Amino acid sequence: MAFVSSGYNPDKPMENRITDIGPRHFEEFYPPVIKANKGKWLYHEILEPGVLVHVSETGDEVYTVRVGGARLMSITHIREMCDIADKHCGGYLRFTTRNNVEFMVDSKDKVEALKQDLSSRKFPGGSYKFPIGGTGAGVTNIVHTQGWVHCHTPATDASGPVKATMDALFKDFQDMRLPAQLRISLACCLNMCGAVHCSDIAILGFHRKPPMIDHEYVSKNCEIPLAVAACPTSAIKPSKHVLADGTEVKSVSVNNDRCMYCGNCYTMCPSMPLADTDGDGIVIMVGGKVSNRIHAPKFSKVVVSYIKNEPPRWKTTTDTISKIVEAYANDARKYERIGDWAERIGWERFFEKCELDFTHHLIDDFRDHAYYTWRQTTQFKF
Amino acid sequence: MAKHETPMLDQLESGPWPSFVSDMKQEAEARAKNVNNVEYQIPVDVVDDLLGVLELSYKHGRTHWKHGGIVGVFGYGGGVIGRYCDQPQEFPGVAHFHTVRVAQPAGKYYTTEYLRQIMDVWDLRGSGLTNMHGSTGDIVLLGTRTEQLEEIFFDLTHKYNTDLGGSGSNLRTPADCIGTSRCEYSCYDTNALCHFLTNEFQDELHRPAFPYKFKFKFDGCPNCCVASLARSDMAFIGTWKDDIRIDQEAVQAYIGGEIPPNGGAHAGRDWGKFDIQKEVIDLCPTGCMWMDGNELKINNKECTRCMHCINTMPRALRIGEDTGCSILVGAKAPILDGQQMGSLLVPFVEVNPDNDYEALINYIDKIWDWWMMEGKNRERLGETIRRLSFQKLLEACDMEADVRHVLHPRENPYIFWKEEEVPGGWERDIKEFRKFHQR
Repeated sequence: MAFVSSGYNPDKPMENRITDIGPRHFEEFYPPVIKANKGKWLYHEILEPGVLVHVSETGDEVYTVRVGGARLMSITHIREMCDIADKHCGGYLRFTTRNNVEFMVDSKDKVEALKQDLSSRKFPGGSYKFPIGGTGAGVTNIVHTQGWVHCHTPATDASGPVKATMDALFKDFQDMRLPAQLRISLACCLNMCGAVHCSDIAILGFHRKPPMIDHEYVSKNCEIPLAVAACPTSAIKPSKHVLADGTEVKSVSVNNDRCMYCGNCYTMCPSMPLADTDGDGIVIMVGGKVSNRIHAPKFSKVVVSYIKNEPPRWKTTTDTISKIVEAYANDARKYERIGDWAERIGWERFFEKCELDFTHHLIDDFRDHAYYTWRQTTQFKF
Repeated sequence: MAKHETPMLDQLESGPWPSFVSDMKQEAEARAKNVNNVEYQIPVDVVDDLLGVLELSYKHGRTHWKHGGIVGVFGYGGGVIGRYCDQPQEFPGVAHFHTVRVAQPAGKYYTTEYLRQIMDVWDLRGSGLTNMHGSTGDIVLLGTRTEQLEEIFFDLTHKYNTDLGGSGSNLRTPADCIGTSRCEYSCYDTNALCHFLTNEFQDELHRPAFPYKFKFKFDGCPNCCVASLARSDMAFIGTWKDDIRIDQEAVQAYIGGEIPPNGGAHAGRDWGKFDIQKEVIDLCPTGCMWMDGNELKINNKECTRCMHCINTMPRALRIGEDTGCSILVGAKAPILDGQQMGSLLVPFVEVNPDNDYEALINYIDKIWDWWMMEGKNRERLGETIRRLSFQKLLEACDMEADVRHVLHPRENPYIFWKEEEVPGGWERDIKEFRKFHQR
């Protein structure tokens, strides 16, 4: 392959350099019906799962067909979306915060053809390219992180468990039978690039072993004071280590009993890896939300302390999630999110109805937060 | 014929949800065939090798990516995430596999023309794989080699008028909900504010000068679809001060079953006839609604704008007209000191594009000045506030305490009085004291 220059001159990096121009202006990308009716929308309605209409005070309507997508997308796939948008939507489309794609048309008679086109397209393996759904009181797309596809600290994969979970819950992506919307998120380690801590159901990758120490390389690869300072529980201290050949090297030691396996030291020092086939796995958290509707936003709570990684289909994880979703669907009242439901029936009932075991791992023992989660009342259920 | 056997990944091709494995295979095949005669600037088999190394991770239960390493474009301290494979001999196509974060347009609307242009750059200079979009909101171009970074940046800025996003200890690419562009609940134009502040703070976005990352997110209403309250150091959440607008005829239409409640969101199950008392009035968290004959009444003074009644009857109830936003500060994921949601700092502030959002920028400047002075290395704003107190934040922002800042008053009396608040101050005369109090 021959090198194709963009015009950049490595000998004069500042020549013609353009910086700090930010993103393109959003108005360039509004479909005409959006541009004409911005700020004038009166109301919306979900006509069927995945299909919305928004009605403007001008009388204009915009019909939106929402489809799910794997967040990891190829340019071939995106070009196919562009073809569909060119054919049906005047060359416009948009993405949602939750990795869905929205195709918009300005009249009802364009909806059916668009829907048929989208649902007819499948990958050779049989999966839908553009499944319609993700609206209302159902399950919408999972927001997630990189996992084994691109990250250096994950305790699980992201794309795989997400695909497996959405396969298991696919009916609820295309239905609206649940008491309220159900938002699932996945973060592949507790750094939580995906900030899953306020999700109805959070799938969280978690390490369970303290870091290994590559003594020979610690002082070559790392700033030891930074690695020491990185530890939130002060478990790391500088130390000297004698290598097999008798050389004494500067290194660190870890007080394993204090380690919370956060991997923050590894982020600072590549000579302290902690990934481990048997140590790593998944934590399930439930009951969080970000909406202020009825009740204040809530953090998710840990309800399963560990499930081993089971690639490629993570069966125990998806079975556990399906069980929680079914118990919620059967028992919660209309408008109740999972967390609202669990609080109304009591967590003792939640574990019963979801057939989950409560173990000592689920009692908080991390700093000030902990005390406020214990039960300071004689009110409980037998 | 695939370059690597991937028996485990192949099992993720079945099932209804879009298969990322099928999509990666389709890209691998497209590169191998190269019908458009693209002069690929990184290995043609990059996607094959990514499938191979991912299969190995599925086998080992561990990642095969090394630490980043410092790569980027000249003059910027962010926007590129360095990544190297720890098995480069077996998977040379992904030996370098750096990510480029590209600034997304507000609202994530695109023309196909523009999307195709970005895809063409990535076809020529990258792996052909993306994330649309990353967790923070950027267009994520996944996987290229170091020598392509300046070329990509040059193409993006010169040909497509597009810049990189943020990474590292700087302002991360701001993100917004759909806002007034297509939502009747939105109390301000989130797209406009997101775009303006992104441009206003390009220096902070590209050149790390902060103790740690800093995120802005813009939600048009308290439904918080972009999760600003959980995920941003400064969350700008739309709200209003005046009355909810009521269309009494539409209220009757909901009661009569002519309009489905909640915009039809519950249509997948028979929940019985809509009951305004049970489903709206009794669920109102402040109990400020009632029926007066056929009229729905709201005591707006007591309303906390939770959105439930509006969400349930969007054709009958609308947000007020005196709109602005609340600012909540300090949200973050659990690393290091535990998870935090945003805490209310500014109950209401106008969102005024006509004076370039002066009131909002005033708060941003004050918060950054304080945090850059007081924050420790790798300490998020929320952690600085917890370490130094909410009171210190108020002082930094020249604000008075307001009962709206707390859920309830403190439960301990350990008040740190300031010397000037107590008459006479701390300096006292022990001899004078002893005249009246023997040892």
